[in-house]
Amino acid sequence: MTLLNVTGIDKSFGPVHVLHGVGFTVDPGEVVGLVGDNGAGKSTLMKIVTGMYSADAGDVALEGNSILGLTPGDRRALGIEMIYQDLALARQQDVAANIFLGREPVRSVFGMKFVDRKAMKREAQSMIDRLGAKLPAINRPVGSFSGGQQQSVAIARALTFNPKVVIMDEPTAALAVREVQGVLDLIRQLRDEGIGVILISHRLNDVLSVTDRIVVLHHGRAAANLTTAQTNMAEVVAAIVGGSDMADAAAHEARG
Amino acid sequence: MTSTDPRMSTPEPGLWARVQARSIEQLHIRLESLVVLIGLAALMAVLSPFFLSVSNFLNILLATSTIGVLAIAATFVLSSGGLDLSLGSVLGLSGVVGAAVAVKLGAPMPIAVLATVGAGALAGLVNGLIITRAYVPAFIVTLGMLGIARGLALVISDGRVIYGLPNAMVYLGQGRPFGIPMPVIIFVVTAIIMHIVLAYTRYGRHTLAIGDNENAARTAGINVDFHRLTLYTLSGGLAGLAGLLFATRINSGDPTAGITYELTAITAAIIGGTNLFGGRGSILGTMIGALIMGVLQNGLNLLAVQSYYQQMAIGAVLILAVFIDQFQVRKESRV
Ligand SMILES: Nc1ncnc2c1ncn2[C@@H]1O[C@H](COP(=O)(O)OP(=O)(O)OP(=O)(O)O)[C@@H](O)[C@H]1O
Ligand SMILES: [Mg+2]
Repeated sequence: MTLLNVTGIDKSFGPVHVLHGVGFTVDPGEVVGLVGDNGAGKSTLMKIVTGMYSADAGDVALEGNSILGLTPGDRRALGIEMIYQDLALARQQDVAANIFLGREPVRSVFGMKFVDRKAMKREAQSMIDRLGAKLPAINRPVGSFSGGQQQSVAIARALTFNPKVVIMDEPTAALAVREVQGVLDLIRQLRDEGIGVILISHRLNDVLSVTDRIVVLHHGRAAANLTTAQTNMAEVVAAIVGGSDMADAAAHEARG
Repeated sequence: MTSTDPRMSTPEPGLWARVQARSIEQLHIRLESLVVLIGLAALMAVLSPFFLSVSNFLNILLATSTIGVLAIAATFVLSSGGLDLSLGSVLGLSGVVGAAVAVKLGAPMPIAVLATVGAGALAGLVNGLIITRAYVPAFIVTLGMLGIARGLALVISDGRVIYGLPNAMVYLGQGRPFGIPMPVIIFVVTAIIMHIVLAYTRYGRHTLAIGDNENAARTAGINVDFHRLTLYTLSGGLAGLAGLLFATRINSGDPTAGITYELTAITAAIIGGTNLFGGRGSILGTMIGALIMGVLQNGLNLLAVQSYYQQMAIGAVLILAVFIDQFQVRKESRV
């Protein structure tokens, strides 16, 4: 059964028509790449899936049930997680507070519910260890971390609550080579666990190496839906730039 | 600690830094404010022979109680990235409403108390509704409410002080069980409860997260608008409680009560380590800030400094506190 089914999404910001009837699917244990030029509408489409933006038309269904009417919190509770391009971290709060933001474990004392800091710290630490992330200290404000370290915190937050779909919007943008490999391995591991992954990235080599399918957005339209095993860099690039200059762009991408 | 490897890249943090870190993590206060409070008290003790006494200490707490309750409200709103400039006016309005209900309508004490706090909460709810539904900035909305609430207090009271609250109410302002003034008891209990709420409950943690990064809070599934609405309502309710303390202490509803109190309350919160732009704040810290203001005012009183100069001192302390805070933030972000 299809895990995530997005159909006919339309979205305008005032006069700017950003998405035109976009649809795609993700199966359990499938890694789908979402690529396209800057401003193609990738982040907007994903924010419609998580509920941060509302759609003007179309539907988003998880395991066959429409989730468009649900709040971002409800959708998270159903297992849709996203690592946002801007990371969306609370910079003055520590690692545990960020990972558990909105889902803090509580402990009852005389019928009143208090945040269980100890449990939060413990589980945050074990998640960070599992990811092999190198953080200076778990009880420091994340704003004092490097870009890559912050990215690790954002990734840890998305994986802590057994998600069904993980959307990664440029998760490797701030990472060093070794860490990029770590994230790609992590994506494969999520796939093996039956989790659906959507990867947005401008690093086409990474996308080609880790995905099963690649959806290309061009000016807010789903321009191509390619099976990774049967495509190549040139075809992907051609779809991204939309026909014109594709020989040039493909040659450039092959060099870079 | 006997041998230190000279190649060690990160030096062992000093004693101050370690105590500071623990103090922030466990008590949610910055040490500097505590040092300033103790230093200021020591200075006053040297300057005035009357300063160091139990009765003067209770005086300071009593004088701090009204401002202290307002400062709790200011801490919640500021640390959520908001602002409530209407605190002083809402205090005045609440006191007048409570007095009118008790004196003119002759309502029993619990009803009058509820009306006082409720009037404040209602004003706060209106603030919150306009801020979260009409997207008018908090600065403008609460500045408007500053004028509206004060005007309304004058309309209701016909510009006159409403005297003669029933005894049961006056007890809240003037009673002294075990020799401790009632306002001090109410203030301290409120502070303890609100400290726990801000530091240890999901509501409190979400308040800080919203002030830190509203977008992060939204993506985490927090209903930011509704949370804001409850914060402004809480702020108004606390201003109502402060109005109750004020009115019952002077045994009347005074439509001019609490003018410029928001200035002092916000100053106390900032001195206590609340981030003016949200994301950081603690009630314990704010209490230290409020006590600093209280000791300052008490000391200047004992030294017979004119109240006009005291106003100037409060304004100067506010600017100084924000300066030091910004200085700290810049220093820390440079590391
Ligand atoms: N909140 C918003 N208000 C107005 N316009 C927006 C908003 N968010 C996105 N847009 C517009 O929608 C279009 C698509 O933006 P989007 O962020 O989805 O692109 P993207 O494919 O993620 O690009 P990039 O690769 O640069 O991240 C852009 O033209 C952008 O200006
Ligand atoms: Mg984007």
